Amino acid sequence: MEFLAVFTPLLAFVVAFFFGKALGHKGAQVVTCAGILLAAFAAINLFFDVALGGNARVVELAPWVISGDFAVHWSLRVDTLSVIMINVITIVSACVHIYSLGYMSHDGARGRFMSYLSLFTFAMLMLVTADNLLQLFFGWEGVGLASYLLIGFWNHKHSANAAAQKAFVVNRVGDFGLALGMMAIFVVFGSIGFDEIFAQVADKADVTFDLFGMHVHAMTAIALLLFVGAIGKSAQLGLHTWLPDAMEGPTPVSALIHAATMVTAGVFLVARMSPLFEYAPAALMVVTVVGGLTAFVAATIGMTQFDIKRVIAYSTMSQLGYMFFALGVSAYGAAMFHLMTHAFFKALLFLGAGSVIHAMGDEQDMRKMGGIWKKIPYTYAFMWIGSLALAGIPPFAGYFSKDIVLEAAWADHTWFGNFAFALGIAAAFMTAFYTWRLLIMTFHGKPRATQKVMGHVHESPPVMLGPLAVLAIGALFAGAVFYQPFVGGSGHHGEEHGAAVEHAAEDSHVKETDVLHVSAEDELKKIGAEIEQEVKAVVSQDAAHTAHESDHGDNTHSDAHGTGHDAEHGADFWNSSIQVLAENDTVTAAHGAPLWVKKLPLVVGVLGIWLAYILYFKSPTIVPRLVEGMKPLHTFLFNKWYFDELYDALFVKNSIKAGKLFWRGDKNVIDRYGPDGVSAVSVAISKGMSKLQSGFIYHYAFVMMVAVIGGISWFVFKFVVEF
Amino acid sequence: MLDFPLLSVMTFLPLAGVFFLFSIQGEAQAVARNSKYVALLTSVANLILGLYLYGHFDPSESGFQFVEKAAWLGSVGIDYHMGVDGISVFFVLLAVFLTPICVLASWFSVSKRVKEYMVAFLVLETFMIGTFCALDAVLFYVFFEGVLIPMFLIIGIWGGARRVYASYKFFLYTLLGSVLMLLALLVLYVQVGSTDIPTLMENPVARDLQMWLWLAVFASFAVKMPMWPVHTWLPDAHVEAPTAGSVILAGVLLKMGGYGFLRFSLPMFPEASEFFAPMVFWLSVVAIIYTSLVALVQEDMKKLIAYSSVAHMGFVTLGIFSATQQGIEGAVFQMISHGVISGALFLCVGVVYDRLHTRELGRYGGIVKNMPRYATLFMIFMLGSVGLPGTSGFVGEFLVLLGAFQANTIVAAFAATGVILGAAYMLFLYRKVVFGPQENSDAAGMEDVTPREAWLLIPLAFLTIYLGVFPAPVMDRISPSVEALLNDYNAKISKDDVAQQTAVEVHHD
Repeated sequence: MEFLAVFTPLLAFVVAFFFGKALGHKGAQVVTCAGILLAAFAAINLFFDVALGGNARVVELAPWVISGDFAVHWSLRVDTLSVIMINVITIVSACVHIYSLGYMSHDGARGRFMSYLSLFTFAMLMLVTADNLLQLFFGWEGVGLASYLLIGFWNHKHSANAAAQKAFVVNRVGDFGLALGMMAIFVVFGSIGFDEIFAQVADKADVTFDLFGMHVHAMTAIALLLFVGAIGKSAQLGLHTWLPDAMEGPTPVSALIHAATMVTAGVFLVARMSPLFEYAPAALMVVTVVGGLTAFVAATIGMTQFDIKRVIAYSTMSQLGYMFFALGVSAYGAAMFHLMTHAFFKALLFLGAGSVIHAMGDEQDMRKMGGIWKKIPYTYAFMWIGSLALAGIPPFAGYFSKDIVLEAAWADHTWFGNFAFALGIAAAFMTAFYTWRLLIMTFHGKPRATQKVMGHVHESPPVMLGPLAVLAIGALFAGAVFYQPFVGGSGHHGEEHGAAVEHAAEDSHVKETDVLHVSAEDELKKIGAEIEQEVKAVVSQDAAHTAHESDHGDNTHSDAHGTGHDAEHGADFWNSSIQVLAENDTVTAAHGAPLWVKKLPLVVGVLGIWLAYILYFKSPTIVPRLVEGMKPLHTFLFNKWYFDELYDALFVKNSIKAGKLFWRGDKNVIDRYGPDGVSAVSVAISKGMSKLQSGFIYHYAFVMMVAVIGGISWFVFKFVVEF
Repeated sequence: MLDFPLLSVMTFLPLAGVFFLFSIQGEAQAVARNSKYVALLTSVANLILGLYLYGHFDPSESGFQFVEKAAWLGSVGIDYHMGVDGISVFFVLLAVFLTPICVLASWFSVSKRVKEYMVAFLVLETFMIGTFCALDAVLFYVFFEGVLIPMFLIIGIWGGARRVYASYKFFLYTLLGSVLMLLALLVLYVQVGSTDIPTLMENPVARDLQMWLWLAVFASFAVKMPMWPVHTWLPDAHVEAPTAGSVILAGVLLKMGGYGFLRFSLPMFPEASEFFAPMVFWLSVVAIIYTSLVALVQEDMKKLIAYSSVAHMGFVTLGIFSATQQGIEGAVFQMISHGVISGALFLCVGVVYDRLHTRELGRYGGIVKNMPRYATLFMIFMLGSVGLPGTSGFVGEFLVLLGAFQANTIVAAFAATGVILGAAYMLFLYRKVVFGPQENSDAAGMEDVTPREAWLLIPLAFLTIYLGVFPAPVMDRISPSVEALLNDYNAKISKDDVAQQTAVEVHHD
């Protein structure tokens, strides 16, 4: 099954790309769509088998790089963590494949486009099913390549090529860290296989490197290096500048790669390496701070942008920040939960935006939209669902996942946990604000497009709306349905539980995790709590179930929820694919968060929506005055905190300068004193010598012979005597 | 194992072809055509022998195989001694693999003195194979220096506008190294009493002498690599050389330096190698960063790839002197991979050069539209050069860095920045040439790769990917020889030194 899930997209790519001419566009579309649907089908099967059936395994395929002690095989690792990713990837990818049939229907290279989508899907699947860091790296750079090809898909445009190159190079900076981290891991653990690393990590927790005479804590150094990779891939603050530019790619690409899957690879990496990160508290702190700052900064920029895709791109970056600070406070389950729900609602928003752009004749500027909601009602409705999920309004998916992330940050009770919580709340407010700003600017108000454009506005065909509907179902129900398995605990707040239940949840805190050091007492406690938990789980599950059925949700996951019954506890569900030290278990602690912590995200979300409503719907005259009043701040935000300008001045310009300098160095220094100098000197000498010329060749020959023989014998003599 | 001297046959078969070539007489056009076919047949026959060599090479054996030994200059004890091990066998294969490609690549682009051109290439092939097979230092020296002559002629006669300057520069640099190397061999002969390479490996000279001799051979190999700062001949040589000359220069000739380090420096002067390793590390790092930055600002396609070659060779020297299993295996693999990829890149330049007669980046652009197959092939090599996992470029580069990381973490970290810069300049090249709007009408009118060109590039593209996904056939054969080399090396230098050399020490507190 795993073989089918991973390699069908590869096969589809090879067939569609290399035989594209013979197949024609139609053939390529059929092949790739069939491939991805088959893969998605296999993925769902895997979910039952592995995540719910507890049937985790590693399938070894072939040797790859073997050199001395360093041995890496191609293999497929399927455990709960990878199976979740496989499902997210194949399902979203299937939606995007189908959607692209409509969206790209006028493109002259649509067959090639489909093949790239399949290539991407394959690389991403290789990434998540890796059993070692090197194969992960293969997928990691493979998705980078696919991203490069797809951002620059319209390669006749300078801006698209520039964005593609920027994405690749900036990601390479991250990869540089990841590669070094991998090497450090090999030095410390003697292997880069996951099982080998995780088995030793507790023993090697105190290992240090000697570097410049300092003792560097090995786990911290490794974790930070890996995190550099994650920063690049997941567009976290510092290496985020490529993501907004990546919007040059066709919109389905933005949905699949730059929202739902590839950019979450960094989150996956940290979650995958959770056993190691657990022993690097300082690194976790950095992850939390960077995540919090990213969530905040991206949201501030998102409020000021006018390009509909860029607004959603900054929102993606911001939401990734949430996932990272969840990771940083050891709430890996919460991060993965948010990753999963985000994949649905963000892909929905992007594809919805694509539908708008399609309707408006390739217009992306929201200042030229407005007043179109009646003309494209389905798109409008889907955008609402995506927006509600993004803003965290119950019962949409984002509500559940964003809240558990924020609660976990609060429950960490550290300065950086609180820091991230505060930034996260602020970002939640801004998120709701810019999301409704987007909705209102795009769909409401007076039409700002030209008459001609407005006349052409039309609803997208069913082939585009169908995938939107599937994603909308995910955005509606993925949160409620998967809350239980992903982050355990009892039903979410607002439902039936009271303070007593919260206490119980706190008590059961030990058993929620894969406890690395289990004592006898813990065992006892565990069993007791387990029974308690079971009862609660059943109750809340039934409640959710009925609610769910009344919505006649017939999505791909509804079954999972029924059978997932006895795998409710975080630890059982995750089945050691993520590991948390007992003292770091914030997910469990999060369930005991006070009411204000639980309600605050919702409150600020509603406030944000209200503010957007006032400013952009009710009295739109305020905005220009407001912008004028805060000119410097607005300019700063509108120019994206000047990161691009800074990097351009610091790195790009200086690299070019250095390159030119060194190039001149080749000519003016090395050559001048090297070969050119030698020949110039020889010419000068020979000119001097020519004054002594006798005209007899044998004179010269004789002088040369004497010199050469003299030189060589001097050397030989010297060496032989001296040594 | 065999009853005929395979290596000698392979080495001198091209010379037999040369005799045939000299016997071709008649009308100029017929001579040209017949010369091409003779050269092609000879080199293909040699390729088949090469495949036979690969097939009969015993991967479990770490020592020399297919050994031939005969008295040569009997009175002074210099023998004709040939043999290959896991390190050299792939360079022989690279030479026999690239020569027919070069002949085919020149099929239409070379029109003057075709016979002489083919003679030069076949002589070159003899010298290249001989260099990698020779097990006697004098024999090695003859082949190693002999390579200079046909290459000098190829650049100087069939080259571009500044070919004379380029060929003299090439000659001057390599000559400097050669003189010093000859001296070193003389001293070795006086000291050890033999020029037999295995004998020299077993009898290292005194530590102090090692230092001098190491420097002398280093001068020679560093120029051939080329290492910074003696690299400036390479961009000029590449720019002026005809396409096939560039292919063979980048594909095989640049590997002779690295091979020399492995065959001479490490086993014969182990203590000196260890002593000078830090210097080599830093020279390598400078080479990687410096030349990558220079590559970034090039406007000439060939110059850009030439500078990238210097950077890639920086990884090779880094790997070799890391004196770790991964580092050396990675270095050997990187050389093989670079032979394939850079050769292919120069062929790619040749394809468009043949059509437009310019190497200037700005004269192209948007050719993906009219040359989609070319764009695909070029992209595969571009990605190989960038070191994308799944291409052969990645395996070598990663293993080198892994080896270097164990030897000196800081150096590895600096060297790894080359990976970022590498992506920057290669993508820049590709974007300028292949993508973008079609602003130059003549570039937009170029026809896609012809079947002949495609069949030159497809095997190389296949190898680039195959070796990236399944490097085992190569690695399995390199491994035992490298392991033996390292065991020997570590035995020769005292163990205390090994510990000191390791920059990263792992402490259990």
